[in-house]
Amino acid sequence: MTTPETTPETTPVQGWLAPSRRGPSGRRVLLHAFLITMSLIWIFPLAWAFFTALRPFSDTVVHGYWSWPTSLSFQNFIDGWNNANLGYYYINTMIVAVPAVIITLILASLVAFALTRVRSRINLFLLMMFTAGNLLPPQVIIVPLYHLYLAIPIPKPLSDNGLLYDQYIGIILIHVVFQMGFCIFVLSNYMRTLPKELNEAALVDGASLFRTFRSIILPLCTPALAALGTLEFTFIYNDFFWALLLMKTGSKRPITSALNNLQGQFFTDQNVLAAVALMVAVPTIIVYIALQRHFIRGLTLGSTKG
Amino acid sequence: MIASGPRKRRYSILTRRDRVVLFLMVGIPVALTVVFIWLPTLASILLSFTNYQGIGGLTASNIVGLKNYVFLFTQYTLFWPALTHNLLWLAFFVFIASPIGIFFAVLLDREIRGSRIYQNIFYFPVVLSLAVVGFIWELQYAPDGFIDSVLGLTSQNNAIDWLGNSSLNIWAVLVAASWRHVGYIMVLYLAGLKSVDPTLREAAAIDGASERQTFLRVIFPVMAPINIVIVVVTVIESLRAFDLAFIINQGTNGLELLSTLITNNSISEASLIGFGSSIAVVLLVISLVPIVLYLSRVLRTTAE
Repeated sequence: MTTPETTPETTPVQGWLAPSRRGPSGRRVLLHAFLITMSLIWIFPLAWAFFTALRPFSDTVVHGYWSWPTSLSFQNFIDGWNNANLGYYYINTMIVAVPAVIITLILASLVAFALTRVRSRINLFLLMMFTAGNLLPPQVIIVPLYHLYLAIPIPKPLSDNGLLYDQYIGIILIHVVFQMGFCIFVLSNYMRTLPKELNEAALVDGASLFRTFRSIILPLCTPALAALGTLEFTFIYNDFFWALLLMKTGSKRPITSALNNLQGQFFTDQNVLAAVALMVAVPTIIVYIALQRHFIRGLTLGSTKG
Repeated sequence: MIASGPRKRRYSILTRRDRVVLFLMVGIPVALTVVFIWLPTLASILLSFTNYQGIGGLTASNIVGLKNYVFLFTQYTLFWPALTHNLLWLAFFVFIASPIGIFFAVLLDREIRGSRIYQNIFYFPVVLSLAVVGFIWELQYAPDGFIDSVLGLTSQNNAIDWLGNSSLNIWAVLVAASWRHVGYIMVLYLAGLKSVDPTLREAAAIDGASERQTFLRVIFPVMAPINIVIVVVTVIESLRAFDLAFIINQGTNGLELLSTLITNNSISEASLIGFGSSIAVVLLVISLVPIVLYLSRVLRTTAE
């Protein structure tokens, strides 16, 4: 992993500033050779999963997985989808992820806005509280949280067993609580970059605080909200831990957590397993490809400011 | 709590109704965070001094002092392996995965053709869930999977069981975890590099510095804020490690981690809540190091 890269470092610094269409100098070729090799290594596990998923089990059982395929088909994808009733789990995920993202963004933008309006010491204290909560490993709080989820009564329409435990609302809630910190941090940084005169102008016009937020500040935050929405959807879609421990009924689990149960039950051979893993990855890959700009900005908004 | 006290004149333009709105805006999220994050954190600490098993009420007779910790450190055979695995995870990320991510970022920051394509390739594992990453790498590591096949080892002919061998599997998992971590660090670092003032590089060039010198002496030091973010992200990710180990074998047989010990002791198999909490406190204490570092450095700049 560390062999070829020493060469590019030795030549003069013009490399930093050089235009991209420079002639193919030796070190540029080396650089590309290195990057292409690394790229192939990076893609390989996914490509191998796809290759395995396309091969019938009967073929691989005879010839092994490392062999020239005799036939390729999407049958494993169809089998995996039907046997495990996969479509159903995608819906479970949506029931959790969509409200969780929306509520997180609403609450976070409210707090971020309010924090730009209060004295800096309170502001800093609250920001610390939210951010630290977001950084805590979930396992630190899981045991008391589990018992809290069994103890808090929730009325009927929201919970069919009267608890937070084993309920969609419980999973949505913990995502909101945990993700809020990150979103507040990003949004309050973002709002601080907006011109202060906006607030003053609104005040002069006699707009209430909430109206200033709703009609002036929030629309200006659309880029940050889009970035966070994309990122949060992926985070929540990919969550494995919360639903594993706070959602007991296997058939109610979102797809990522459900994988653990389905593994031994329905996907007995590697070929179907590969197909299912790829199908589970598809929504996040689509989100990444379609909303890539937002996705990366969301990540970097949280880190480069300051 | 808000806009009260001696210096309230700055906010006196706000109407009473505005102040109520402001209070609600902050109050509800604060209440949620306190109830569902900070109270359970406190409860974990308190429960770690008890032998509570989740049945009946918690009484004074449940208090056992430091017994859980003594047992944890001296007799519980899984604790030191789990702690070692967490530290190994941390070391692997700090010394191998994160530097590779930084290195990729430095290479891709220059104007080279196809930089975007390379970035996308290194980045895409980050959008996958760790559960899916686990499944994808199981295909590589299985006894009849890719790696053994390429090495010429078959099931009959002394195949290496990468995930089943308790001294090998942690390394196999670390490679899979790094596959995802490298891209994450690369993107964060690239964003940092883009924000570096280009005149710094020009000045270094005029002074005749090599690219390596420019990076180590000029760029890396001005990247201090992002370097802290990288350190914090790396440490937190290593402490949170759970999903991969759990997907592969529930965090047993060589893949024990503090996180899997907590859940295995207090929720799944047994209901040793007091004991499980003492492991949670150990994890909490270790986590406070990066959290405090992050808060003190990053939020200080925010406050200014």
